[in-house]
Amino acid sequence: MPWSAEAKKRDEIMSNQVPIAEGLFSWPAVKPALLASRCKQCGVAAFPVASSCMACSGQDVEIEELPSRGTLWTWTVQQFMPKKPYRSDETPETFVPYGVGYLELPGGVRVEGRLTENDPQKLQIGMVMDVVFEPYRIEDNGDEVINFFFRPVQ
Amino acid sequence: MDVAIVGIGIHPFGRTPARSGLQQGAYAARLALQDAGVEWRDIQFAFGGSASAGSADALVNELGLTGIPFINVANGCATGGSSLISAYNAIKSGEYDVGMVTGFDKHDRGAFNADPKELGIGEWYGEVGMMMTTQFFAMKIQKYMHDHAISHNTLAKVSEKAFINGSKNPNAWRTEPISVDEIINSTMVNNPLTKFMFCSPAEGGVALILCRADHAKRYTDTPVYLKGATMKSRRFGSFEVFAPSQALQQVDGPTVDASKAAFEMAGVGPKDMDVMQLQDTEVGAEIMHMAENGFCEDGEQEALIQQGATHIGGSMPVNTDGGCLANGEPIGASGLRQVYENVLQLRGQAGDHQVPDDPKLAYTHVYGAPGISAITILQR
Ligand SMILES: [Zn+2]
Repeated sequence: MPWSAEAKKRDEIMSNQVPIAEGLFSWPAVKPALLASRCKQCGVAAFPVASSCMACSGQDVEIEELPSRGTLWTWTVQQFMPKKPYRSDETPETFVPYGVGYLELPGGVRVEGRLTENDPQKLQIGMVMDVVFEPYRIEDNGDEVINFFFRPVQ
Repeated sequence: MDVAIVGIGIHPFGRTPARSGLQQGAYAARLALQDAGVEWRDIQFAFGGSASAGSADALVNELGLTGIPFINVANGCATGGSSLISAYNAIKSGEYDVGMVTGFDKHDRGAFNADPKELGIGEWYGEVGMMMTTQFFAMKIQKYMHDHAISHNTLAKVSEKAFINGSKNPNAWRTEPISVDEIINSTMVNNPLTKFMFCSPAEGGVALILCRADHAKRYTDTPVYLKGATMKSRRFGSFEVFAPSQALQQVDGPTVDASKAAFEMAGVGPKDMDVMQLQDTEVGAEIMHMAENGFCEDGEQEALIQQGATHIGGSMPVNTDGGCLANGEPIGASGLRQVYENVLQLRGQAGDHQVPDDPKLAYTHVYGAPGISAITILQR
Protein backbone atom coordinates (compact mmCIF):
# COMPACT_ATOMS: atom_id res chain seq x y z
CA MET A 1 0.00 0.00 0.00
CA PRO A 2 1.49 3.38 -0.97
CA TRP A 3 2.34 5.65 1.91
CA SER A 4 0.19 8.73 1.70
CA ALA A 5 1.11 12.07 3.15
CA GLU A 6 -2.41 12.38 4.42
CA ALA A 7 -2.20 9.22 6.49
CA LYS A 8 1.17 10.30 7.89
CA LYS A 9 -0.24 13.65 8.97
CA ARG A 10 -3.23 11.90 10.51
CA ASP A 11 -0.99 9.55 12.49
CA GLU A 12 1.10 12.39 13.84
CA ILE A 13 -1.85 14.46 14.96
CA MET A 14 -4.08 11.75 16.26
CA SER A 15 -1.79 9.18 17.79
CA ASN A 16 -2.48 10.37 21.31
CA GLN A 17 -6.07 11.39 20.82
CA VAL A 18 -9.10 9.16 21.36
CA PRO A 19 -12.76 9.97 20.72
CA ILE A 20 -15.03 10.19 23.80
CA ALA A 21 -17.14 7.42 22.28
CA GLU A 22 -16.72 5.20 19.25
CA GLY A 23 -19.04 5.95 16.35
CA LEU A 24 -20.16 9.38 17.57
CA PHE A 25 -18.03 11.15 14.93
CA SER A 26 -15.54 10.07 12.31
CA TRP A 27 -12.12 9.71 14.00
CA PRO A 28 -9.35 9.77 13.15
CA ALA A 29 -10.13 11.82 10.07
CA VAL A 30 -8.64 14.80 8.29
CA LYS A 31 -12.02 16.45 8.40
CA PRO A 32 -14.00 14.80 11.23
CA ALA A 33 -17.80 14.97 11.20
CA LEU A 34 -20.69 13.93 13.44
CA LEU A 35 -22.21 10.63 12.30
CA ALA A 36 -25.93 10.04 11.91
CA SER A 37 -28.03 7.12 10.81
CA ARG A 38 -30.65 7.77 8.16
CA CYS A 39 -33.66 5.53 7.77
CA LYS A 40 -33.95 4.10 4.26
CA GLN A 41 -37.69 3.69 4.73
CA CYS A 42 -38.76 7.20 5.87
CA GLY A 43 -35.62 9.28 5.40
CA VAL A 44 -35.40 10.55 8.98
CA ALA A 45 -31.91 11.04 10.46
CA ALA A 46 -30.87 10.23 14.03
CA PHE A 47 -27.88 11.11 16.22
CA PRO A 48 -26.08 9.17 17.56
CA VAL A 49 -26.25 6.34 15.04
CA ALA A 50 -29.09 3.94 15.89
CA SER A 51 -29.82 0.53 14.45
CA SER A 52 -33.53 1.22 14.14
CA CYS A 53 -35.65 4.26 13.33
CA MET A 54 -37.58 6.01 16.12
CA ALA A 55 -39.91 7.61 13.59
CA CYS A 56 -41.16 4.55 11.70
CA SER A 57 -39.62 1.52 13.51
CA GLY A 58 -37.70 0.66 10.33
CA GLN A 59 -34.48 -1.32 10.78
CA ASP A 60 -32.76 -0.53 7.52
CA VAL A 61 -30.50 2.46 8.13
CA GLU A 62 -27.37 3.90 6.54
CA ILE A 63 -24.67 5.97 8.19
CA GLU A 64 -23.84 9.45 6.93
CA GLU A 65 -21.84 12.49 7.97
CA LEU A 66 -23.81 15.45 9.33
CA PRO A 67 -23.17 19.02 8.14
CA SER A 68 -20.49 20.92 10.05
CA ARG A 69 -22.42 24.20 10.27
CA GLY A 70 -25.86 24.95 11.70
CA THR A 71 -27.94 27.39 13.73
CA LEU A 72 -28.42 27.46 17.50
CA TRP A 73 -31.98 26.31 18.28
CA THR A 74 -31.84 26.86 22.04
CA TRP A 75 -29.20 27.01 24.77
CA THR A 76 -28.38 27.35 28.45
CA VAL A 77 -25.27 27.72 30.58
CA GLN A 78 -24.47 25.09 33.19
CA GLN A 79 -23.41 27.24 36.15
CA PHE A 80 -22.53 24.55 38.70
CA MET A 81 -20.39 21.44 38.42
CA PRO A 82 -22.56 18.38 37.86
CA LYS A 83 -22.16 15.28 40.00
CA LYS A 84 -21.20 11.93 38.48
CA PRO A 85 -21.48 10.71 35.75
CA TYR A 86 -19.85 14.08 34.83
CA ARG A 87 -16.20 13.33 34.07
CA SER A 88 -13.84 16.15 33.20
CA ASP A 89 -10.44 17.16 34.54
CA GLU A 90 -12.02 19.80 36.74
CA THR A 91 -12.38 20.06 40.49
CA PRO A 92 -15.09 22.17 42.15
CA GLU A 93 -12.38 24.85 42.49
CA THR A 94 -11.34 24.87 38.83
CA PHE A 95 -14.82 24.30 37.35
CA VAL A 96 -15.74 26.71 34.57
CA PRO A 97 -19.44 27.11 33.61
CA TYR A 98 -20.15 25.76 30.15
CA GLY A 99 -22.77 26.36 27.50
CA VAL A 100 -25.05 23.61 26.20
CA GLY A 101 -27.33 23.89 23.22
CA TYR A 102 -29.09 22.23 20.32
CA LEU A 103 -27.59 22.95 16.92
CA GLU A 104 -29.96 22.60 14.00
CA LEU A 105 -28.03 20.93 11.20
CA PRO A 106 -29.84 21.50 7.90
CA GLY A 107 -31.20 18.31 6.37
CA GLY A 108 -30.10 16.32 9.41
CA VAL A 109 -31.20 16.66 13.03
CA ARG A 110 -30.87 19.03 15.97
CA VAL A 111 -27.88 17.77 17.94
CA GLU A 112 -27.30 18.56 21.61
CA GLY A 113 -23.75 19.51 22.47
CA ARG A 114 -21.46 21.65 24.56
CA LEU A 115 -20.72 25.16 23.35
CA THR A 116 -17.26 26.72 23.33
CA GLU A 117 -18.92 29.96 24.50
CA ASN A 118 -20.21 30.31 28.06
CA ASP A 119 -21.09 34.02 28.16
CA PRO A 120 -24.90 34.38 28.07
CA GLN A 121 -24.48 37.82 26.53
CA LYS A 122 -22.79 36.27 23.51
CA LEU A 123 -25.30 33.49 22.92
CA GLN A 124 -28.42 33.97 20.84
CA ILE A 125 -31.02 31.66 19.39
CA GLY A 126 -30.52 31.55 15.61
CA MET A 127 -26.79 32.31 15.63
CA VAL A 128 -24.59 30.33 13.22
CA MET A 129 -22.19 27.80 14.74
CA ASP A 130 -19.64 25.27 13.54
CA VAL A 131 -19.16 21.76 14.84
CA VAL A 132 -15.56 21.47 16.08
CA PHE A 133 -13.61 18.61 17.67
CA GLU A 134 -11.41 19.49 20.62
CA PRO A 135 -9.69 17.89 23.61
CA TYR A 136 -12.06 17.45 26.57
CA ARG A 137 -9.95 15.70 29.23
CA ILE A 138 -6.71 13.78 29.69
CA GLU A 139 -6.91 10.11 30.69
CA ASP A 140 -4.57 8.60 33.31
CA ASN A 141 -2.57 6.96 30.48
CA GLY A 142 -2.01 10.36 28.86
CA ASP A 143 -4.57 9.96 26.09
CA GLU A 144 -6.37 13.11 25.08
CA VAL A 145 -10.12 12.50 24.94
CA ILE A 146 -11.75 14.34 22.03
CA ASN A 147 -15.34 15.59 22.15
CA PHE A 148 -17.45 17.62 19.74
CA PHE A 149 -18.33 21.24 20.52
CA PHE A 150 -20.33 23.98 18.85
CA ARG A 151 -18.38 27.19 18.21
CA PRO A 152 -19.87 30.53 17.15
CA VAL A 153 -18.81 31.56 13.64
CA GLN A 154 -16.84 34.77 13.94
CA MET B 1 -67.73 1.36 36.37
CA ASP B 2 -66.90 4.85 37.67
CA VAL B 3 -64.22 5.28 40.28
CA ALA B 4 -64.25 7.45 43.42
CA ILE B 5 -61.59 8.68 45.82
CA VAL B 6 -62.92 8.16 49.33
CA GLY B 7 -59.86 8.54 51.52
CA ILE B 8 -56.73 10.70 51.47
CA GLY B 9 -53.64 10.92 53.65
CA ILE B 10 -50.40 12.86 53.52
CA HIS B 11 -47.13 13.03 55.41
CA PRO B 12 -45.81 16.61 55.43
CA PHE B 13 -43.30 17.29 52.63
CA GLY B 14 -39.80 18.65 53.18
CA ARG B 15 -37.25 17.09 55.51
CA THR B 16 -38.15 14.68 58.32
CA PRO B 17 -34.87 13.20 59.62
CA ALA B 18 -36.66 11.10 62.25
CA ARG B 19 -38.70 9.07 59.72
CA SER B 20 -37.61 6.88 56.83
CA GLY B 21 -39.34 7.28 53.48
CA LEU B 22 -41.19 4.04 54.12
CA GLN B 23 -42.41 5.29 57.49
CA GLN B 24 -43.65 8.49 55.86
CA GLY B 25 -45.53 6.31 53.39
CA ALA B 26 -47.05 4.27 56.19
CA TYR B 27 -48.04 7.47 58.03
CA ALA B 28 -49.89 8.70 54.94
CA ALA B 29 -51.46 5.28 54.35
CA ARG B 30 -52.86 5.08 57.90
CA LEU B 31 -54.35 8.57 57.57
CA ALA B 32 -55.97 7.63 54.25
CA LEU B 33 -57.46 4.44 55.72
CA GLN B 34 -58.77 6.40 58.69
CA ASP B 35 -60.20 9.07 56.38
CA ALA B 36 -62.13 6.42 54.43
CA GLY B 37 -63.07 4.52 57.58
CA VAL B 38 -61.60 1.24 56.32
CA GLU B 39 -59.12 -1.23 57.74
CA TRP B 40 -55.99 -2.25 55.86
CA ARG B 41 -57.33 -5.82 55.77
CA ASP B 42 -60.30 -4.55 53.68
CA ILE B 43 -58.03 -3.17 50.95
CA GLN B 44 -58.02 -5.56 47.96
CA PHE B 45 -55.00 -4.27 46.03
CA ALA B 46 -52.38 -1.53 45.99
CA PHE B 47 -50.18 0.29 43.51
CA GLY B 48 -47.26 2.28 44.83
CA GLY B 49 -44.02 3.99 43.90
CA SER B 50 -40.81 5.16 45.49
CA ALA B 51 -37.64 6.12 43.61
CA SER B 52 -35.10 6.34 46.46
CA ALA B 53 -36.80 4.99 49.59
CA GLY B 54 -36.99 1.29 48.83
CA SER B 55 -39.74 -0.75 47.22
CA ALA B 56 -43.21 0.62 47.79
CA ASP B 57 -44.56 -2.87 48.46
CA ALA B 58 -42.36 -3.04 51.57
CA LEU B 59 -45.16 -0.96 53.11
CA VAL B 60 -46.89 -4.24 53.96
CA ASN B 61 -44.21 -4.74 56.62
CA GLU B 62 -45.56 -1.62 58.31
CA LEU B 63 -49.26 -2.06 57.59
CA GLY B 64 -49.65 -5.82 57.88
CA LEU B 65 -49.31 -8.90 55.70
CA THR B 66 -52.73 -9.52 54.21
CA GLY B 67 -51.79 -11.27 50.99
CA ILE B 68 -53.02 -8.58 48.57
CA PRO B 69 -51.39 -7.90 45.20
CA PHE B 70 -49.15 -4.84 45.72
CA ILE B 71 -47.57 -3.66 42.47
CA ASN B 72 -44.54 -1.38 42.39
CA VAL B 73 -44.62 1.43 39.82
CA ALA B 74 -41.59 3.35 38.54
CA ASN B 75 -42.14 6.12 35.99
CA GLY B 76 -39.89 8.95 37.13
CA CYS B 77 -41.71 12.15 38.07
CA ALA B 78 -44.91 10.63 36.65
CA THR B 79 -44.80 7.67 39.07
CA GLY B 80 -47.75 8.88 41.18
CA GLY B 81 -49.89 9.58 38.15
CA SER B 82 -49.01 6.18 36.70
CA SER B 83 -49.94 4.39 39.95
CA LEU B 84 -53.25 6.19 40.07
CA ILE B 85 -54.11 5.25 36.50
CA SER B 86 -53.26 1.62 37.19
CA ALA B 87 -55.57 1.60 40.23
CA TYR B 88 -58.26 3.43 38.31
CA ASN B 89 -58.18 0.79 35.57
CA ALA B 90 -58.17 -2.05 38.12
CA ILE B 91 -61.46 -0.81 39.61
CA LYS B 92 -62.97 0.31 36.32
CA SER B 93 -62.45 -3.19 34.93
CA GLY B 94 -64.75 -4.55 37.64
CA GLU B 95 -62.01 -6.77 39.05
CA TYR B 96 -61.72 -4.96 42.39
CA ASP B 97 -63.98 -2.86 44.62
CA VAL B 98 -61.52 -0.95 46.78
CA GLY B 99 -57.78 -0.36 46.69
CA MET B 100 -54.94 1.91 47.71
CA VAL B 101 -52.55 4.09 45.73
CA THR B 102 -49.48 5.29 47.54
CA GLY B 103 -46.22 7.06 46.89
CA PHE B 104 -43.41 8.14 49.16
CA ASP B 105 -39.77 9.11 48.86
CA LYS B 106 -36.70 10.43 50.58
CA HIS B 107 -33.96 11.90 48.40
CA ASP B 108 -30.52 13.28 49.13
CA ARG B 109 -29.93 16.98 48.76
CA GLY B 110 -28.91 18.47 45.41
CA ALA B 111 -29.89 17.79 41.82
CA PHE B 112 -30.97 14.31 40.85
CA ASN B 113 -28.13 12.50 39.10
CA ALA B 114 -29.40 10.23 36.40
CA ASP B 115 -27.55 7.31 34.83
CA PRO B 116 -27.43 7.46 31.00
CA LYS B 117 -27.24 3.67 30.74
CA GLU B 118 -30.65 3.26 32.37
CA LEU B 119 -32.16 5.30 29.56
CA GLY B 120 -30.23 3.64 26.76
CA ILE B 121 -27.94 6.63 26.19
CA GLY B 122 -24.15 6.41 25.80
CA GLU B 123 -21.98 7.17 28.82
CA TRP B 124 -20.31 10.03 26.96
CA TYR B 125 -23.58 12.00 27.34
CA GLY B 126 -23.20 12.06 31.10
CA GLU B 127 -19.42 12.47 31.03
CA VAL B 128 -19.63 15.76 29.11
CA GLY B 129 -22.27 17.09 31.52
CA MET B 130 -25.53 16.89 29.57
CA MET B 131 -27.33 14.33 31.75
CA MET B 132 -29.06 17.13 33.66
CA THR B 133 -32.83 17.59 33.78
CA THR B 134 -32.29 21.22 34.80
CA GLN B 135 -30.58 21.94 31.46
CA PHE B 136 -33.54 20.59 29.53
CA PHE B 137 -36.02 22.72 31.44
CA ALA B 138 -33.78 25.77 30.97
CA MET B 139 -33.40 25.19 27.23
CA LYS B 140 -37.11 24.55 26.77
CA ILE B 141 -38.18 27.79 28.50
CA GLN B 142 -35.32 29.71 26.83
CA LYS B 143 -36.76 28.78 23.43
CA TYR B 144 -40.32 29.42 24.63
CA MET B 145 -39.45 32.90 25.97
CA HIS B 146 -37.81 33.70 22.63
CA ASP B 147 -40.78 32.50 20.58
CA HIS B 148 -43.64 33.76 22.78
CA ALA B 149 -42.27 36.86 24.53
CA ILE B 150 -42.30 35.67 28.14
CA SER B 151 -40.30 37.96 30.48
CA HIS B 152 -37.85 37.13 33.26
CA ASN B 153 -40.14 38.95 35.67
CA THR B 154 -42.94 36.55 34.80
CA LEU B 155 -40.65 33.60 35.54
CA ALA B 156 -40.03 35.04 38.99
CA LYS B 157 -43.72 35.72 39.59
CA VAL B 158 -44.43 31.98 39.27
CA SER B 159 -42.02 31.27 42.14
CA GLU B 160 -43.37 34.18 44.16
CA LYS B 161 -46.90 32.72 43.92
CA ALA B 162 -45.66 29.22 44.78
CA PHE B 163 -44.04 30.41 48.00
CA ILE B 164 -47.13 32.50 48.93
CA ASN B 165 -49.30 29.39 48.48
CA GLY B 166 -46.76 27.31 50.39
CA SER B 167 -47.02 29.72 53.30
CA LYS B 168 -50.75 28.90 53.49
CA ASN B 169 -50.25 25.13 53.40
CA PRO B 170 -49.26 23.47 56.69
CA ASN B 171 -47.91 20.40 54.81
CA ALA B 172 -45.59 22.41 52.53
CA TRP B 173 -41.81 22.53 52.86
CA ARG B 174 -41.11 26.15 51.86
CA THR B 175 -43.42 28.32 53.93
CA GLU B 176 -41.71 31.73 53.71
CA PRO B 177 -42.74 34.11 50.92
CA ILE B 178 -39.79 35.29 48.78
CA SER B 179 -39.84 38.53 46.77
CA VAL B 180 -39.56 38.73 42.97
CA ASP B 181 -36.28 40.65 43.34
CA GLU B 182 -34.79 38.01 45.58
CA ILE B 183 -35.90 35.24 43.19
CA ILE B 184 -34.42 36.94 40.10
CA ASN B 185 -31.17 37.77 41.93
CA SER B 186 -30.63 34.37 43.52
CA THR B 187 -27.80 32.18 42.16
CA MET B 188 -28.07 31.43 38.45
CA VAL B 189 -28.34 27.65 37.96
CA ASN B 190 -29.07 27.17 34.24
CA ASN B 191 -29.77 30.39 32.36
CA PRO B 192 -32.43 31.79 32.47
CA LEU B 193 -33.41 29.90 35.64
CA THR B 194 -32.15 30.85 39.10
CA LYS B 195 -32.01 28.80 42.29
CA PHE B 196 -35.40 29.94 43.58
CA MET B 197 -37.03 29.04 40.26
CA PHE B 198 -36.33 25.32 40.72
CA CYS B 199 -37.83 22.76 43.06
CA SER B 200 -35.51 20.53 45.07
CA PRO B 201 -35.52 16.82 45.80
CA ALA B 202 -37.29 16.28 49.12
CA GLU B 203 -39.29 13.83 51.22
CA GLY B 204 -42.91 13.05 51.81
CA GLY B 205 -45.68 10.51 51.37
CA VAL B 206 -49.26 10.42 50.08
CA ALA B 207 -51.91 7.69 49.99
CA LEU B 208 -55.37 7.56 48.44
CA ILE B 209 -58.20 5.06 48.86
CA LEU B 210 -60.14 4.37 45.66
CA CYS B 211 -63.36 2.42 45.28
CA ARG B 212 -66.11 1.74 42.76
CA ALA B 213 -68.32 4.80 42.56
CA ASP B 214 -71.51 2.99 43.57
CA HIS B 215 -69.85 2.02 46.88
CA ALA B 216 -68.46 5.49 47.60
CA LYS B 217 -71.13 6.62 50.05
CA ARG B 218 -70.35 3.65 52.29
CA TYR B 219 -67.04 5.31 53.06
CA THR B 220 -67.63 9.04 52.91
CA ASP B 221 -70.22 11.79 52.51
CA THR B 222 -67.86 13.67 50.23
CA PRO B 223 -66.65 11.32 47.49
CA VAL B 224 -64.65 12.79 44.65
CA TYR B 225 -65.00 11.09 41.28
CA LEU B 226 -62.24 10.40 38.78
CA LYS B 227 -63.85 11.55 35.54
CA GLY B 228 -60.71 11.26 33.50
CA ALA B 229 -57.32 9.61 33.94
CA THR B 230 -54.86 9.33 31.07
CA MET B 231 -51.19 8.74 30.50
CA LYS B 232 -49.12 9.16 27.34
CA SER B 233 -45.50 8.77 26.38
CA ARG B 234 -43.68 10.88 23.80
CA ARG B 235 -44.21 10.54 20.08
CA PHE B 236 -41.45 10.95 17.52
CA GLY B 237 -40.57 14.62 17.15
CA SER B 238 -41.47 15.97 20.59
CA PHE B 239 -38.77 17.89 22.48
CA GLU B 240 -37.95 15.89 25.60
CA VAL B 241 -35.45 15.61 28.39
CA PHE B 242 -32.30 13.47 27.89
CA ALA B 243 -32.39 13.66 24.08
CA PRO B 244 -28.93 13.71 22.41
CA SER B 245 -30.77 14.85 19.29
CA GLN B 246 -34.24 15.78 18.22
CA ALA B 247 -36.11 15.73 14.96
CA LEU B 248 -36.24 18.80 12.73
CA GLN B 249 -40.03 18.44 12.56
CA GLN B 250 -41.47 19.07 16.02
CA VAL B 251 -44.77 17.56 17.18
CA ASP B 252 -46.86 18.06 20.32
CA GLY B 253 -45.44 16.52 23.48
CA PRO B 254 -47.06 13.88 25.71
CA THR B 255 -48.72 16.53 27.88
CA VAL B 256 -50.77 17.84 24.96
CA ASP B 257 -51.74 14.32 23.96
CA ALA B 258 -52.65 13.18 27.49
CA SER B 259 -54.57 16.40 28.18
CA LYS B 260 -56.72 16.15 25.07
CA ALA B 261 -57.48 12.51 25.86
CA ALA B 262 -58.42 13.35 29.46
CA PHE B 263 -60.82 16.14 28.47
CA GLU B 264 -62.40 13.87 25.90
CA MET B 265 -62.79 11.08 28.44
CA ALA B 266 -64.34 13.41 31.04
CA GLY B 267 -66.56 15.20 28.53
CA VAL B 268 -65.43 18.62 29.77
CA GLY B 269 -63.01 21.30 28.60
CA PRO B 270 -60.20 23.43 30.03
CA LYS B 271 -62.57 26.33 30.73
CA ASP B 272 -64.63 24.10 33.04
CA MET B 273 -61.74 23.52 35.45
CA ASP B 274 -61.98 25.43 38.74
CA VAL B 275 -58.52 24.58 40.05
CA MET B 276 -55.44 22.92 38.54
CA GLN B 277 -52.17 21.42 39.71
CA LEU B 278 -49.60 21.50 36.89
CA GLN B 279 -46.11 20.01 37.04
CA ASP B 280 -43.81 22.82 38.16
CA THR B 281 -40.40 21.26 38.65
CA GLU B 282 -39.32 24.79 37.76
CA VAL B 283 -41.14 27.97 36.80
CA GLY B 284 -40.80 27.49 33.05
CA ALA B 285 -42.60 24.16 33.29
CA GLU B 286 -45.61 25.75 34.96
CA ILE B 287 -45.76 28.47 32.31
CA MET B 288 -45.48 26.10 29.35
CA HIS B 289 -47.77 23.50 30.91
CA MET B 290 -50.54 26.09 31.16
CA ALA B 291 -50.63 26.19 27.37
CA GLU B 292 -49.82 22.50 26.78
CA ASN B 293 -52.80 21.53 28.93
CA GLY B 294 -55.09 23.85 26.98
CA PHE B 295 -55.67 26.52 29.64
CA CYS B 296 -54.37 29.35 27.43
CA GLU B 297 -52.71 30.04 24.10
CA ASP B 298 -48.92 30.20 23.79
CA GLY B 299 -47.79 33.63 24.99
CA GLU B 300 -50.94 34.51 26.93
CA GLN B 301 -49.21 33.44 30.15
CA GLU B 302 -47.30 36.73 30.26
CA ALA B 303 -50.47 38.80 30.79
CA LEU B 304 -52.29 36.14 32.84
CA ILE B 305 -49.46 35.74 35.35
CA GLN B 306 -48.78 39.48 35.56
CA GLN B 307 -52.50 40.01 36.31
CA GLY B 308 -52.47 37.37 39.04
CA ALA B 309 -54.87 34.99 37.25
CA THR B 310 -53.03 31.92 38.58
CA HIS B 311 -53.26 32.97 42.24
CA ILE B 312 -55.74 31.25 44.58
CA GLY B 313 -58.31 34.00 44.12
CA GLY B 314 -57.63 34.36 40.38
CA SER B 315 -59.57 33.18 37.35
CA MET B 316 -57.42 30.04 36.87
CA PRO B 317 -55.75 29.01 40.16
CA VAL B 318 -52.61 26.93 39.53
CA ASN B 319 -50.71 24.91 42.14
CA THR B 320 -52.76 26.06 45.11
CA ASP B 321 -50.70 24.04 47.61
CA GLY B 322 -47.45 25.64 46.46
CA GLY B 323 -46.68 22.95 43.87
CA CYS B 324 -43.32 21.24 43.58
CA LEU B 325 -41.65 24.63 44.03
CA ALA B 326 -42.86 24.98 47.62
CA ASN B 327 -43.24 21.28 48.47
CA GLY B 328 -40.07 19.90 46.93
CA GLU B 329 -40.14 16.76 44.89
CA PRO B 330 -40.22 13.32 46.49
CA ILE B 331 -40.54 11.55 43.13
CA GLY B 332 -42.87 8.75 44.22
CA ALA B 333 -45.26 11.04 46.09
CA SER B 334 -45.30 14.19 43.99
CA GLY B 335 -48.08 13.35 41.53
CA LEU B 336 -50.32 12.05 44.29
CA ARG B 337 -49.81 15.26 46.29
CA GLN B 338 -51.56 17.07 43.45
CA VAL B 339 -54.53 14.72 43.69
CA TYR B 340 -54.57 15.05 47.49
CA GLU B 341 -54.71 18.83 47.11
CA ASN B 342 -57.54 18.67 44.56
CA VAL B 343 -59.60 16.38 46.79
CA LEU B 344 -59.16 18.88 49.63
CA GLN B 345 -60.23 21.69 47.29
CA LEU B 346 -63.32 19.83 46.06
CA ARG B 347 -64.32 18.90 49.62
CA GLY B 348 -63.85 22.53 50.66
CA GLN B 349 -61.25 21.47 53.24
CA ALA B 350 -58.19 23.34 51.95
CA GLY B 351 -58.24 25.96 54.69
CA ASP B 352 -56.10 29.01 53.97
CA HIS B 353 -55.34 27.78 50.43
CA GLN B 354 -58.98 27.02 49.59
CA VAL B 355 -60.14 28.27 46.20
CA PRO B 356 -63.35 30.33 46.61
CA ASP B 357 -66.81 29.60 45.15
CA ASP B 358 -67.12 25.85 45.80
CA PRO B 359 -64.91 24.38 43.03
CA LYS B 360 -66.52 21.42 41.26
CA LEU B 361 -63.89 20.28 38.76
CA ALA B 362 -60.16 19.96 39.32
CA TYR B 363 -57.21 18.98 37.13
CA THR B 364 -53.80 17.41 37.77
CA HIS B 365 -50.84 17.05 35.42
CA VAL B 366 -47.45 15.42 35.88
CA TYR B 367 -44.53 15.15 33.49
CA GLY B 368 -41.58 12.79 33.83
CA ALA B 369 -38.42 11.75 32.06
CA PRO B 370 -37.87 10.66 29.36
CA GLY B 371 -41.17 12.12 28.09
CA ILE B 372 -44.32 10.90 29.83
CA SER B 373 -47.37 12.76 31.10
CA ALA B 374 -50.30 11.71 33.26
CA ILE B 375 -53.50 13.70 33.79
CA THR B 376 -56.50 13.36 36.09
CA ILE B 377 -59.80 15.23 36.09
CA LEU B 378 -61.67 15.10 39.40
CA GLN B 379 -65.28 16.06 40.06
CA ARG B 380 -67.19 16.23 43.32
ZN1 LIG C 1 -37.86 5.56 9.49
